[in-house]
Amino acid sequence: MKPGVLSKTPTVKPAVPMPKLSPSAWILLALLPVLAVAPLVLPTYQVTLANNIGIFALATLGLVLLTGVAGMTSFGQAAFIGVSAYATAYLATVSAADLPGPLAWMAGSPLAGLAVGLVLTFAVATVLGAVTLRLSGHYLPLGTIAWGLSLFYLFGNLEFLGGHTGLSGIPALSLFGIAFDRAEALFYLIWAILLLAVVATLNLLDSRVGRAIRALRGGQRMSESMGVDSFRAKMTAFLVAALYAGLAGWLYAYTQRFVSPAPFSLQAGIDFLFMALIGGVGQVWGAVIGAAGVTFAKQWLQDLLPHLLGRTGNFEAIVFGLLIVLLMQRLPGGVAGWIAKVFERRRHRPTGAVDDVDLPAAEPLPRREMPAKGEVVLEAKGVTRRFGGLVANRDISFTVRAGEILAVIGPNGAGKSTLFNQLSCVDHPTSGEILFRGERIDGRTARAMAGAGLSRSFQHVKLLPTMSVLENVAIGAHLRGSKGVAAAALRLDRAEEARLLDEARRQLIRVGLGQYLHVEAGSLALGQQRILEIARALCADPCLLLLDEPAAGLRFLEKQALAELLVKLRSEGMAILLVEHDMDFVMGLVDRVYVMEFGERIAEGPPETIQTNPAVLEAYLGGVE
Amino acid sequence: MSAPLLEVTDLCVSYGKIEALSNASLRVGEGQIVTVIGPNGAGKTTLLSAIMGVLPSRGRVSFLGHDGQSPAIQDMVARGMSLVPEKRALFATMSVEDNLRLGGFRFHSRSKREQDAAMEELYSLFPRLKERRGQMAATLSGGERQMLALARALMGGPKLLMLDEPSLGLAPLIVREVFRIIAELRSKGVSILLIEQNARAALRVADYAYVLELGRIAMEGPASQLAHDPRVVAAYLGMAGKHQEMLAS
Amino acid sequence: MNLQIVMLLGQDGITNGAIYALLALSILLVFTVTRILLIPQGEFVAFAALTMAAMQGGTPVRLGWLLLALAAAALVMDSHAAWRRDGRIAVRRGPALGVAYAAGLTALTTLVPLAEAGVALQALVTMALIVPLGLALYRVFYQPIAAAHPLVLLIVSIAVHVVLVGVGLLMFGPEGARTEPFSDGGLRLGMVMLNSQTIWVVAVSLALILGLYLFFERSLYGKALRAAAVNRLGAELVGISPELAGKASFALAALIGSLSGILIAPITTIYYDSGFIISLKGFVGAIIGGLASYPVAALGALLIGQAESFSTFWASSYKEVIVFTLILPVLVWRSLSHHGAEDEE
Repeated sequence: MKPGVLSKTPTVKPAVPMPKLSPSAWILLALLPVLAVAPLVLPTYQVTLANNIGIFALATLGLVLLTGVAGMTSFGQAAFIGVSAYATAYLATVSAADLPGPLAWMAGSPLAGLAVGLVLTFAVATVLGAVTLRLSGHYLPLGTIAWGLSLFYLFGNLEFLGGHTGLSGIPALSLFGIAFDRAEALFYLIWAILLLAVVATLNLLDSRVGRAIRALRGGQRMSESMGVDSFRAKMTAFLVAALYAGLAGWLYAYTQRFVSPAPFSLQAGIDFLFMALIGGVGQVWGAVIGAAGVTFAKQWLQDLLPHLLGRTGNFEAIVFGLLIVLLMQRLPGGVAGWIAKVFERRRHRPTGAVDDVDLPAAEPLPRREMPAKGEVVLEAKGVTRRFGGLVANRDISFTVRAGEILAVIGPNGAGKSTLFNQLSCVDHPTSGEILFRGERIDGRTARAMAGAGLSRSFQHVKLLPTMSVLENVAIGAHLRGSKGVAAAALRLDRAEEARLLDEARRQLIRVGLGQYLHVEAGSLALGQQRILEIARALCADPCLLLLDEPAAGLRFLEKQALAELLVKLRSEGMAILLVEHDMDFVMGLVDRVYVMEFGERIAEGPPETIQTNPAVLEAYLGGVE
Repeated sequence: MSAPLLEVTDLCVSYGKIEALSNASLRVGEGQIVTVIGPNGAGKTTLLSAIMGVLPSRGRVSFLGHDGQSPAIQDMVARGMSLVPEKRALFATMSVEDNLRLGGFRFHSRSKREQDAAMEELYSLFPRLKERRGQMAATLSGGERQMLALARALMGGPKLLMLDEPSLGLAPLIVREVFRIIAELRSKGVSILLIEQNARAALRVADYAYVLELGRIAMEGPASQLAHDPRVVAAYLGMAGKHQEMLAS
Repeated sequence: MNLQIVMLLGQDGITNGAIYALLALSILLVFTVTRILLIPQGEFVAFAALTMAAMQGGTPVRLGWLLLALAAAALVMDSHAAWRRDGRIAVRRGPALGVAYAAGLTALTTLVPLAEAGVALQALVTMALIVPLGLALYRVFYQPIAAAHPLVLLIVSIAVHVVLVGVGLLMFGPEGARTEPFSDGGLRLGMVMLNSQTIWVVAVSLALILGLYLFFERSLYGKALRAAAVNRLGAELVGISPELAGKASFALAALIGSLSGILIAPITTIYYDSGFIISLKGFVGAIIGGLASYPVAALGALLIGQAESFSTFWASSYKEVIVFTLILPVLVWRSLSHHGAEDEE
């Protein structure tokens, strides 16, 4: 290019920046043309195979969400497909005369089949979820195994479902005048639904509800105290997984045009789990990789093994089983996890796209009305906590006012943590009362208190190490948003999401972590992680902060910065209670000190008097003579 | 210093990307009581766990014939290392007597008579436990639990006993008892590595001391010297540094 | 339905219930000690029954080969671990003896005809095959990931089950088999004729439960296993290694499973994949016991036996549906009596 040409051009506007594409968007862009031409060039046999892979991938996608992201396991995916497939097949083949009058219109209607299939799947999943998801993690898999078997035998024994021979003669699918009678036509339908489901899942994970689901794995105590309803989040993941299975069942019935119990056995349920694991749990695209990999490998093994073993049978299961064991022992992230890891080394960015927060700041979230300075925010009245014969707290009484910092100190084992747990509603007093803004809160859940304006940090830092700093902090603002699953999946939550993330960003800048928004939280130093917890607590817009040993493990400068932050918060009218061990930190900072030993109060007052109190000196200097 | 029973060189432990212990080196001589003091979160418990092999670590641990990286816990138990962890790790739903018998599990090939003799010897040191022998460990008081944890560790006939905050949450009278037992054990030839938040008591009973701060050994020296070191006094023996004069007097 | 039928069904229920109770106890034992849900428990049952049947029928006994393969894998893994640790290959005595044992037993079972050996000896050989099989399964599949998340352990359990069922088909073929009863005749008790095999099942089950009780309450090793379940760290600190506890609990589970298989083989036709359904009823019992209580689990398993037996009478083809649906009210009850969110690890 000659310089002259350039000089002629008027002021060059900076090009509109290309919107940054997430890895998933790139995969989609690359995949679309391939999928568009595939049915045109592939033989029908291959297209049919691809259809099966699409259906399997859809069901596996649910398991990726459930097992990989939310950390729960279900063997019921095949049974859910079965429920929906049978509902579809039944309605497609039944004659209108056999249905009760008001329902006669459903006979032969594919959409009615879809609706009934999904409703039934939902109903079964709701019941199963309601009874297992409150219990420890082993009950869901065991429950789904039992129910998977139960449904399998039920399919085989119900006369109107054709017993063991099943239902055949399902007519070709026809929707809005389009006939999906050939594998090629079905291909587009199946893969369109699959890709929509993939996009919806990606959207869901990158949202308020998604963060709650992602926090299920290893962060339930923390997220509950931030107001997240863990049971609801589990149920959401389970129901979404069931929904995908339901969709898959509907597609299955119209692809095979025949249903029988065998494909919905427990063995099939196990196969889906294997697909999710081999593809890589936790990676949405792993569902497609897993479904394709297992399907191809199965075909190949079914050809190969009978030659090797001289017998026919389900011998490929041996290979898959051993493969899973090896995978769990060596590569627990699966194939997609391994790919993601390789890429992550180059792109230092956590999963879940959060680019749009770099866009202009969003409108701030509404704030709660803060109590007036000097108003009593927290009050303990005669709090006593016994564990069996042990009295961990005896008759503890104090108040914390707005615009004041109270420190609870005492040697290790003095009962500070027990007290802290009761104040934060994780534990409850044996006797006595705890009042928050004049209302009794002992007996209420930590989750309920998060919404009321009580926010806390943890003694042992609790954050989600692979999530970004920004997303970790945004969990704190969970109750300040309201958008649900559907809004998230359809991206109707963007305005609210931007406000939540912007709030998180604001709090992070406030505490001095502004430059770490997009790094993995686990890569921060311990001191920074503690500060992150405070930002997360602030994100809930609290009027009372409960901090459990915030200065432990902090370096000198970090402690100074923390103290400055707390002073600033106090001046804004925040009530702060901190449990601390570090005397230097406490003495220069707080308004009043409450000293405990052996579960009891031994002194209370301003730092100056505490420092010379003989009982305190005795406790700290050791009573051993 | 006498010939070291335990020698730890450049021990490092990381939790994920956080280094909880960096290049810690220490020695415990035969028949010595060595204490490690330091603030909460400094890595004291991590240090003991790494030496015992509860946590994987880097660096060298040499103890009675084991000399290498990241020891295996069974190996250390078999060589006569015993740890009383901060949380005691008792068998809560089993009787006091069962807890003690299991404490001697590494001698499981011994005859019943030898085992009984070992039990009786221990009961003479902890008469209270003998009274409670049939009781479930979970029903004991805090002090009794600590005694049981200590006694269970001793059933393993340790050459080196590592105690993590043995006075934690105990009433003064019982703390005194614990330290009396610690002193008595030394006289029986058991070496002890002691972690204590009660720095004054620890420095009084110990021969040698280390100060651990933010995962590093910040200071070391004979306990009697450290007890008078102005920095130690300011950080661990006085409150907020303002009382060193008072303490020194 | 008359009293005669009630007694007959009840007797059936007790026989099956006793087996389920044994399995429930074994599942609980393994779970509390290792946090592993032993899904392959059922394969011990099926393999034992089919091995007995193979011996009695004079068809080749192939189970030894599986044991040999696992023992060899254990040896390789052990040597590999030694190589990674010390930089040189070393063969330790334990795994080498394991291979020798497996080879010896394989030779015995393939070369010596055991058809006429008598039930007692056949049972002994069967257990001699299956107990070390349990041990080897732990060593090869679970020990390398003993500290992993319970979810991973569960997945491996399922995978091992799938592998064993496949291998079972390879070893025993698709046909079912039934063995000879231990003894003929029965015992008339008032108006009820007690089947001799029922008496065997109940007697052996009771003896086994008593034996287990004594083992856990009286012996140091039994206490050590309990200790490993109560407090893992505490157990490690006194020298009870998790590997030892894991292997011991698996060996016990295999012992219980093989005895169950030997007991049930004369009553029910067992196929290579029958074990899963049988052990699942043990799991339902274990769930009734909250994955924690032995007596409640055993009682629950007995109830399952009765429910199954009576539903056979009323709605034979819905037997499994009814039994596995029973888990629902149990879970409702568990869920209602459970408070607060589950603590994560």
